[in-house]
Amino acid sequence: MKNLKSKLVLFIILMLFWLLWNNTWDVEIWLYGLVPVLIVIAIFGNTANIFRGVKLTPKGFVYSLYYILYFTWALIKSNIDVMLRVINPKLPIRPGIIKVKTELKSPMARLILANSITLTPGTFIVDIKEEYLYVHWIDVCCEGDPEKPTKLIAEGFENILKNIYE
Amino acid sequence: MEYLELIGAIMVLLGAVVLLLAGIGLLRMPDSYNRIQVGTKASTGGVALILLGMALIIPSWFGKLFTILIFVMLTNPISSHVLMRAAHKAGHPMTDKTVVDALKKDEEDQKNKDNGTV
Repeated sequence: MKNLKSKLVLFIILMLFWLLWNNTWDVEIWLYGLVPVLIVIAIFGNTANIFRGVKLTPKGFVYSLYYILYFTWALIKSNIDVMLRVINPKLPIRPGIIKVKTELKSPMARLILANSITLTPGTFIVDIKEEYLYVHWIDVCCEGDPEKPTKLIAEGFENILKNIYE
Repeated sequence: MEYLELIGAIMVLLGAVVLLLAGIGLLRMPDSYNRIQVGTKASTGGVALILLGMALIIPSWFGKLFTILIFVMLTNPISSHVLMRAAHKAGHPMTDKTVVDALKKDEEDQKNKDNGTV
């Protein structure tokens, strides 16, 4: 059977949502959920290849949890950062669009990286072209040094995502 | 149980404050790009705080509220990204404080290259 991994990941995600919605440990309810989930997988399983790069190993699982924690911390930092900028009477911003190189290939990993960068302090994805991300940065630093922004913005997320996606 | 409710109420209040600051930020920022930045981050954080606070007040809603939170976190950056990209493609002017615009430069380079080869 082709695309088995995508189907498995899709199955896990759909079942997780079913459990969250019903909020119960009743096995009967789980079995009811199994029917629509299997129908959805039968229809969309072959075309949903977005999960094909996921590594289904214990290491990938542990890094996924670590990623969620890392991302939550970045989100909290970003909110405090934005609030401080907004209430500061001087409005300390130096906006600009810069280029950041990424090494990730899998489409899902890139989507997660772009979403994460958007939700972290002062950075926002404007466009993706081939291997470059164009990032709108609210407080541009270190001009003339193309390596440093990549380190500051993307590297933390990339290093974790490399362990989850191929 | 009452402690949970108190913590939940404080979280909802904090979320409301974050959203209020996002509104002030929308008024204070000089151009649409910075407005989108502030709006996206603060609204995601504020909604997250409010939903988690509600989940603490009424624990049986946790699953549904958490699902809403996941969808907000996945879709909010994407929609804002599309808005910002559209603004940039339409040539919306950036504020005078802007330091560098690599995307515009690259697009112009590409255009010059295409014109040169044709």
